[in-house]
Amino acid sequence: MAKIKPSKGAPYARILGVGGYRPTRVVPNEVILETIDSSDEWIRSRSGIETRHWANDEETVAAMSIEASGKAIADAGISAEQIGGVIVSTVSHFKQTPAVATEIADKLGTAKAAAFDISAGCAGFGYGLTLAKGMIVEGSAEYVLVIGVERLSDLTDLEDRATAFLFGDGAGAVVVGPAQEPGIGPTVWGSEGDKSETIKQTVPWTDYRSGEVAKFPAITQEGQAVFRWAVFEMAKVAKEALDAAGISAEDLDVFIPHQANERIIDSMVKTLKLPESVTVARDVRTTGNTSAASIPLAMERLLATGEAKSGDTALVIGFGAGLVYAATVVTLP
Amino acid sequence: MAATQEEIVAGLAEIVNEIAGIPVEDVQLDKSFTDDLDVDSLSMVEVVVAAEERFDVKIPDEDVKNLKTVGDATDYILKHQG
Repeated sequence: MAKIKPSKGAPYARILGVGGYRPTRVVPNEVILETIDSSDEWIRSRSGIETRHWANDEETVAAMSIEASGKAIADAGISAEQIGGVIVSTVSHFKQTPAVATEIADKLGTAKAAAFDISAGCAGFGYGLTLAKGMIVEGSAEYVLVIGVERLSDLTDLEDRATAFLFGDGAGAVVVGPAQEPGIGPTVWGSEGDKSETIKQTVPWTDYRSGEVAKFPAITQEGQAVFRWAVFEMAKVAKEALDAAGISAEDLDVFIPHQANERIIDSMVKTLKLPESVTVARDVRTTGNTSAASIPLAMERLLATGEAKSGDTALVIGFGAGLVYAATVVTLP
Repeated sequence: MAATQEEIVAGLAEIVNEIAGIPVEDVQLDKSFTDDLDVDSLSMVEVVVAAEERFDVKIPDEDVKNLKTVGDATDYILKHQG
């Protein structure tokens, strides 16, 4: 039998650069109140959200991704031609064929990088990061771009008082590359398809096309069930990720949970008993819930404001529709 | 040993006090969590999870919405506690 030569990868992987793009239009709660019977106080007390960004026609999924990626590539100090893989996590790119990752890879100037989209909801960034790490350590790419991007305003029912205020648009990207020391810990991830009804698109596109339903599909969720799962089940997953990486809560500098709702963040911090010394991302206040984009966007902001610094140890955890989740400990770029 | 009605109310009062900052003496059987005790739908989930642990009872999401008053929750726990 012929012997197949094995591929040769890097010993470890780490995040080398991060970039974000927030759409130019800032939408305060007052605008949301034009279509739902609620109040600014109610929205803030239930979610912590004060403003969010909504994309305009030019701020497409591809355009926002290219902006965020350009910054991440510059931050990593590499050139686009060195990128061997582009992974895009999104649920709100409405032209599913071809994958938007291919257009992004081309427009960024990569040298025919492998490019594909994944669908893992609000856990998409962690799923993408795990794939990127695998590709680098296995040797099929030296540098991989992981992008989380959403235009959730297109999937928001502005008349649903439980969700109209929640969602925002934007893109976050990281460059993952080779390292001599581990910069991305073991991922604790999984799915719970038995809870698929808790967060979902209201109806399939085909029901809308056939006229079976008149209302464009939107994301809907069972608030209390999601809250319970996110706070209490995800705190266990976060703890497992810390244990798997051999990091104690005291060793941790930064906590970047998916920016779903500030109440979830507060309760997770309490349940995890994180020490006061840990910086907690609260980007949701001015960005809303941007699903797969929320973790890299929050990471970028913490580094830009100086609340976190390069080399800090951060716990990241994404969780959402599926239900799916992914948690890992990373060294910040 | 199963908790009595009195013990359950006292336990719920401590939980509501910790989560919503409401004085324990205000937590009475006829009080509504939302209208009287400043426990909104998300805090209610925290109350329920704390009560599950304390009284060894399972309160599924679909039953949470029926627990409007402290009395509703007390009856539920009395009936379902392990």
